[in-house]
Amino acid sequence: MFSAVKKYNMAKSVIKKSNIHISENGLENHQPEKRLEVLKTYKIYIGGQFPRTESGRYYIATNSKGKKLANVCLSSRKDVRDAVESARNAFGGWSARAAFNRGQILYRMAEMLEGRKAQFIDELMQQDASRAKAEHEVNLSIDRLIYYAGWCDKYQQIFSAVNPVASSHFNFSVPEPTGVVTIIAPQHDSLLGLVSVIAPVIAGGNTCVIVGSYDKPLSCVTFAEVLNSSDLPGGVVNILTGKASELAPWMADHMDINAMIYCEKDAATQKMLREKGAGNVKRVIVYDKINWYSDAGQSPYFINDLQEIKTTWHPIENIGGGGSKY
Amino acid sequence: MAKAKNNTLKLKFDTSWNFAPAPESKSIASIKDKYDLFINGAFVKPSSKKHFKTINPANEEVLSEVADANAADVDKAVKAARTAYDKVWKKMSGKERGKYIYRIARMLQERAREFAVIETLDAGKPIRESRDFDVPTAANHFFYYAGWADKLEYAFPNRQAQPIGVAGQIIPWNFPLLMAAWKIAPALATGNTVVLKPAETTPLTALKLAEIIQEADLPPGVVNIITGAGATGAALVNHPGVDKIAFTGSTDVGKIIQRAIAGTNKKATLELGGKAANIIFEDAPLDQAVEGVINGIFFNQGHVCCAGSRLYVQESVYKTVVRKLKDRIETLIVGDPLDKNTDIGAINSKQQLETIHKYIKIGQQEGAEMHQSSCALPGKGFYCRPTLFTNVAQSSRIAQEEIFGPVLTIQTFRTEDEVLEKANNTPYGLSAGVWTDKGSKIFNMTTKMRAGVVWANTFNKFDPTSPFGGYKESGYGREGGLHGLSAYVNLI
Repeated sequence: MFSAVKKYNMAKSVIKKSNIHISENGLENHQPEKRLEVLKTYKIYIGGQFPRTESGRYYIATNSKGKKLANVCLSSRKDVRDAVESARNAFGGWSARAAFNRGQILYRMAEMLEGRKAQFIDELMQQDASRAKAEHEVNLSIDRLIYYAGWCDKYQQIFSAVNPVASSHFNFSVPEPTGVVTIIAPQHDSLLGLVSVIAPVIAGGNTCVIVGSYDKPLSCVTFAEVLNSSDLPGGVVNILTGKASELAPWMADHMDINAMIYCEKDAATQKMLREKGAGNVKRVIVYDKINWYSDAGQSPYFINDLQEIKTTWHPIENIGGGGSKY
Repeated sequence: MAKAKNNTLKLKFDTSWNFAPAPESKSIASIKDKYDLFINGAFVKPSSKKHFKTINPANEEVLSEVADANAADVDKAVKAARTAYDKVWKKMSGKERGKYIYRIARMLQERAREFAVIETLDAGKPIRESRDFDVPTAANHFFYYAGWADKLEYAFPNRQAQPIGVAGQIIPWNFPLLMAAWKIAPALATGNTVVLKPAETTPLTALKLAEIIQEADLPPGVVNIITGAGATGAALVNHPGVDKIAFTGSTDVGKIIQRAIAGTNKKATLELGGKAANIIFEDAPLDQAVEGVINGIFFNQGHVCCAGSRLYVQESVYKTVVRKLKDRIETLIVGDPLDKNTDIGAINSKQQLETIHKYIKIGQQEGAEMHQSSCALPGKGFYCRPTLFTNVAQSSRIAQEEIFGPVLTIQTFRTEDEVLEKANNTPYGLSAGVWTDKGSKIFNMTTKMRAGVVWANTFNKFDPTSPFGGYKESGYGREGGLHGLSAYVNLI
């Protein structure tokens, strides 16, 4: 007994130098130490995977007071090319999916976003939004996904036609997706704007490569996680972070991109996109006057903007001359 | 009758089947020696004081002289269109607008024969085509859109359709009157006013249309027709008073226009070139398919953006199809467009004939095998025999580039996947054709061919109610039908 106590007292003196306090009943008692937060690495999203930018470059995202938020990938021309390749490879499968299936996937995206509401609100607040504004933006984003989920298998009925040609043919016109779309997302409404341009594009069967907001990049990267858990096939949406001014010209020049969407008011960029886009007759669409928070921020016409109308003819045989009198 | 090697019978057309000439009379065509510009409801002299000749490509005779509009003339026309838009046309009810357009349609039908003859003289296309296709379809196009003028609130769910303003329209020489109708009718129906520039080799039917527009009492300035060449077109595209450009022509010029308007707020629709794949499966009704292929490439001398210029034949029926094609082209009569027997008329211009010859040479240099019919060609004028190329590679220039003439490239395939890949392997995407009796195969092909117009078991069919336009580098926007209204409205 005595030796045990002696050992105990000796141990105690040694131990005193450390932080561990031994209590009366011999149990270790940790002082509440500050738990180290695991910082998130903000990577880009290509082909359903989360690579870093192949350039190895990064920029520092800060809030308006200059507080560092994250090291964000400064995506490169090669990232764009890889993403476009992914989007092109994904187009055949995505456009061949049943419209209903696309609707189910968009709805699941809404479910996943709803489940992560707190995370998105937190990120928006880190990027200077008030709690009320952040919550509003996230709510609207979820509802917007649900809105477009519902349109997936209905816009065709609104925008198709059976044409009463004068000759003996069956003739019908239907919308088909245009293909691979590259998008410079709204730089200000970094979550709602992003969702508002992606949803109609993929609801219509297209695949896309999107450059998120430079100043507020956190949401677009986290949104990739929502996409990744939504059964959305890899490559349908590819999300890059970086400088739109650096990447847009490469996108405009790229010969395997069918359409470009640009959401900012810069006239020089709009001109540049249309000039370079002419190289392969890209459809260049500018959404610089849209208030994404209003009803004008969603409509089936956004889907239709990225559709091509195909008209099909087939003869109707006229044999015998007999007709129905009933 | 001669027996061919594989024991089929073959008719000899060069002895028993000579047709006596059946020329359509020119007397109905009243063409003035000189035409001025149609601006603000009247024919006015060009500021440039210059005129240029337009000839009949069938015999190189001069038909008339038309004005060469310079930038000042373009400005005058655009201003007239703007005034007419602001003061009259924008304010007019759809109901009344429609009635003007109906008048134009009916007057065109009344004078159909005259217009058909003038179209044939100026463009070189066979009178059978002008008479039976170009003119009636043009008149019907006006008739169709006249009916939309007061029904626009039904056209776009949840949106009001407002006119855009002044439309600058540039049209090609392959269907001069029809293209004028395709441009003017929807623009007017939706409340826009128009400045139209016909192609420099085919101005006459547009100018005759101006006469009808005058007769119909269309308010001055609503439609202005200014003749000229590339410079006139450029001035029109670049004019700041034009709100919308509608262009039909080559892809190269379409890209130039896209770049030219890049920094402006001008809207545009482009209907550009094509290199359509026409696909024959082994289970196709072969005789019908051959007729469809012949029509697909030799209709209008092949001067058709949606011409079926690339034939893909399933290997198992290749020999049969090629034999039938060669037999059939022997029966095609290349000759005076005004003769009602003529199947293939004159090539529209010397320049275009040179382009076609250039491609025929390229094809031969690339190692393809050329076959032409053996028919006689008229001594004067610009003519080209129907031409087939076999042994063509997918990457051959003659298989990739638009020739715009009576030249058909022929390739083979084994499987659907293979032919789909080959058919879509082109920067163009205007039209495509498939011939097979199996319904499910039809829809597999039509859904997967990336083209704006897909013909199944038929080819080169058009209708005012049917939207026409391309994917990819064949342009964007549609003409015809409900979808043809979109190009000319702002939706609010």
